[in-house]
Amino acid sequence: MTRHTVTLVVNGTTYTREVDARKLLCDFIREDLGLTGTHVGCEHGQCGSCTIFFKGVTVKSCLMLAVQAHGAELKTAEGLSSDGKFHPIQEAFWENHGLQCGFCTPGMLLSALHLLQSNPNPTEREIRLAIAGNLCRCTGYVNIVKSIRAAAEKMKLGQAAQNP
Amino acid sequence: MEKYGDEAKILAGGQSLMPLINMRLARPAVLVDINRISGLDFIREEDGSMAIGALARHAKVASSEVLKKGCPMLPHAAQFVGDVQVRSRGTFGGCIAHADPAAEFGAVVYTLGGEIVAQEIKGSRVIPVTEFFLDALTTSLKPYEMVTEVRVPSLQGKLWSFRGIAPRFGDMVLAGIAVALELDGGGNCRWSRIGMFGVGSTPLRASKSEEKILGNRLEEKLIAEIAGQAAAEAEPASDIHASASYRRELVRWLVAWNLRSVRQQQQEKKQ
Repeated sequence: MTRHTVTLVVNGTTYTREVDARKLLCDFIREDLGLTGTHVGCEHGQCGSCTIFFKGVTVKSCLMLAVQAHGAELKTAEGLSSDGKFHPIQEAFWENHGLQCGFCTPGMLLSALHLLQSNPNPTEREIRLAIAGNLCRCTGYVNIVKSIRAAAEKMKLGQAAQNP
Repeated sequence: MEKYGDEAKILAGGQSLMPLINMRLARPAVLVDINRISGLDFIREEDGSMAIGALARHAKVASSEVLKKGCPMLPHAAQFVGDVQVRSRGTFGGCIAHADPAAEFGAVVYTLGGEIVAQEIKGSRVIPVTEFFLDALTTSLKPYEMVTEVRVPSLQGKLWSFRGIAPRFGDMVLAGIAVALELDGGGNCRWSRIGMFGVGSTPLRASKSEEKILGNRLEEKLIAEIAGQAAAEAEPASDIHASASYRRELVRWLVAWNLRSVRQQQQEKKQ
């Protein structure tokens, strides 16, 4: 089995590790970097639990190999909060009961962020299309959609406060 | 690729190959990751054709201004491929080389009569799409060849419609139809393409139906006739998702829907 040296930036921190060529990126993030906020559900690209930001766009980290991330910049669920404070999307999920068991939540948060970055005022249909790659088996999605709507409002208010 | 032959697989976006590997349905000894090859993600117009680089991601196809102008059926079809994450990562060349008979992009390229550029160490060749798809997940690519570019004719001056039916949004279709027509001032058809996907082991064209439209106007009686003819030309199989006869009914309904949509566009254009 070929081994590779992988250097990459995750949530602003640079890591260097030796990995097997066959190791999936999601397993690398959890096992080699110890960042267990990225969840692994189906392991074949159906459930979206392992969604992360890879070079600025969301991807399913179970459909990539760790070696492919060499030199790349990643963001995982751990990278959402800053200075011990929740990201507005995390606050909105908390306040609107946007999770029950929480397994799908990291992927949902990142898909929501991806949407709100390009579309700060999404319709319900746009929200539902944006999370079409993320399965939730608890909530029935209603409160997740509500949370993302609320997050959009919070982020707009946050922007307004920063640029009065 | 010459060294490893069948043992090696090219890894592009990985949205089809990686699930197969994860489920141990594919066990390639060697993976050749082409994602770091620069300059293969272009989308440009060349001599009236759209040239799409093998590494152009689905999201780029969906938002490409060049395609929206020259071949809007492709960005339209892109929105039905997978989900946001799949479209961030999946590539046009990978989708074509994977040759899933229910894939939207393969259907558009086949319907419009595109070409595939295949590269090997010694040089490249251009394969007409009619000689590319051999069977489900099987193409005429040699084990040491790689798709570098796909060319699709422009749709300018033509009317088109595209629709598939899937059990859930973003799933593979049970049946899908792509229609492109050129109508003269009197509404008579002088060029026609009716492509079918998900209803055969490769994308198909309903060539008898295409001929039947030529020289005619899109009247309700003709639409019903063409839809029935296309349903007869489909080669659907039964599986866990739908029976062959249900898929044939979907073809009939979708062809009629698409032809009416084209007729509607023509009427709006006239006004």
